[in-house]
Amino acid sequence: MEKLLEILKEMHPDVDFENETGLIDNMILDSFDIVTLITEISDNYDVTISAEHIVPENFNSVQALYALIKKLESED
Amino acid sequence: MLFTSYSFIGFTGVLLSVYYLVPRRLQWIILLISSCVFYWVANPASLIYVSFTAFTIWGCAIMIDRDYGIQNEYIRLNKGTISKEDQKAFKARHKMIREIWTSFGIFLNIGILIVTKYFSFLAGLFTVQQNHFTDIIVPLGISFYTLQAVGYLIDVKRGTIKAEGNLFKMLLFVSFFPQVIQGPISRFSDLSVSLFGEHEPERKEINFALQRILWGYFKKLIVADRIAPAVITLVSDPAKYRGAYVIVALVLYTIELYADFTGGIDISIGVAGILGVKVTENFRRPYFSTSLKEYWRRWHITMSQWFREFVFYPVSTSKLVQGISKFARKHLGNRGKKVPVYFSSFIVWVATGLWHGANWTFIIWGMLNWLILTVSEELEPVYAAFHKKVGFSNSYGYKVFMCFRTILLICILNLFDCYSSVRDTISVLASIITETELGELFSDKMLTIGMSGLDYVIVLAGVFVMLAVSLIQEKGDVREYIWKMPYAIRFAIWFALFLSVLLIGAYGIGYDANQFIYNRF
Repeated sequence: MEKLLEILKEMHPDVDFENETGLIDNMILDSFDIVTLITEISDNYDVTISAEHIVPENFNSVQALYALIKKLESED
Repeated sequence: MLFTSYSFIGFTGVLLSVYYLVPRRLQWIILLISSCVFYWVANPASLIYVSFTAFTIWGCAIMIDRDYGIQNEYIRLNKGTISKEDQKAFKARHKMIREIWTSFGIFLNIGILIVTKYFSFLAGLFTVQQNHFTDIIVPLGISFYTLQAVGYLIDVKRGTIKAEGNLFKMLLFVSFFPQVIQGPISRFSDLSVSLFGEHEPERKEINFALQRILWGYFKKLIVADRIAPAVITLVSDPAKYRGAYVIVALVLYTIELYADFTGGIDISIGVAGILGVKVTENFRRPYFSTSLKEYWRRWHITMSQWFREFVFYPVSTSKLVQGISKFARKHLGNRGKKVPVYFSSFIVWVATGLWHGANWTFIIWGMLNWLILTVSEELEPVYAAFHKKVGFSNSYGYKVFMCFRTILLICILNLFDCYSSVRDTISVLASIITETELGELFSDKMLTIGMSGLDYVIVLAGVFVMLAVSLIQEKGDVREYIWKMPYAIRFAIWFALFLSVLLIGAYGIGYDANQFIYNRF
């Protein structure tokens, strides 16, 4: 999870990612951010996040995103 | 049947009476019949086209749903007896089957859209001879209902919604008449519950919906249609109307487009509202945007969402683009990070341009949007440093300045909607710098373009009213605000609005300005 936090903080240093639960709903991450994030995740975790995974429930918090990564890793 | 015609008002009145008289479980059938009548009156062929879309999308979605069922049943029955690898291979095989059905549905429907709307343009790229495809009728609302239907199919394929089993409900979903002319482009998950649901006539809801319709007519008839003759005149002759005339054209067209499109959507949402159907909002005070990026989150929201969900994300997460990304990062380092974003958004903007119309002007319009957004994204650290350094970046005045800067950009981009060729558009834009005499802007010449002095005054007053309403809307719902007022004041406000539409709306001044601009996209 530390690596994921590091990636997110590099994108938006001013956001409290540990506690934020509305990254999409509160429009903190936009579509450009999401795609950049997916590219970073794909490099660092060796999982493929496809378009169908891009829903607010998976991207609203760092915990939800980390859970998605773990789920995809277990499927591979 | 135009939204601004007496026949539409009569049609809606009859529908409303029947709708709340029949047993509630039959209400969606009344909506379906009304929508079919609406299409039939516009053009019987349009009804055939929309029915074909409903049938093919419904069929493909059913097949996808059935495949999900087969897959889940197999996994359930064989749980613990098949290996993880076998399960994965089984899932992959079935995923492929679902993708085939999705592609088939998209191919059929986007194919029809291309043939009816773009074949003439495409044929023109490869031949200089006159082609005969200009005779093909473009079905009513095809740009809107095709996107809506395709979006539904992809949602079923992704497993985010279940397929609709009833073909006639699917036909209603794609043909629902208030959305036909210019959207919004609804998602099935947002629209279906209220579209197929049972509704009692709720006094407050119907009141609010009627007020919304009246507000739509105000924008359309008092502002947009009063400007329309001047815009038509100004863009009809790019050799004659240059310099100061172009400045007037781009300001007037930007006001007209706003009043026309948001007014039309107000009528659509209002008509749906009196029937108890909740349609997605399409605007959020777009001219208050401080950047082009923000503008596209506030203007034609459902179209932007559609292209983001069903083009931008699939393209940017595709193996090809992720491969390009890896290559770019290897050779460009951290600067290559944004390559998939820029590449995918380029495709989205070309597609958005093409969706608006089969003409190079729209493609260039899309590319210019992409260019501005890309440059802004790259300059983001520079802006951030600038805003940190200066003390006024959070001030109201600076935000107003940024709004005007965005509006100026939009005015220029909008001009690509108006002229039939890119050459004419660039030529008239250049003439603003080379041929403008500022004195002409306020001369009698501007009274010879299809707008009298009184028209300018009415339009200006209309703009101020729209601005005031938008400022209140930023803080809350205007109708709720008025609803809490004493009855006499409420009545006076809505009656004044009604009278102004009746008395100063632009009716039959000898031009066909009644059609909505977005209907041609």
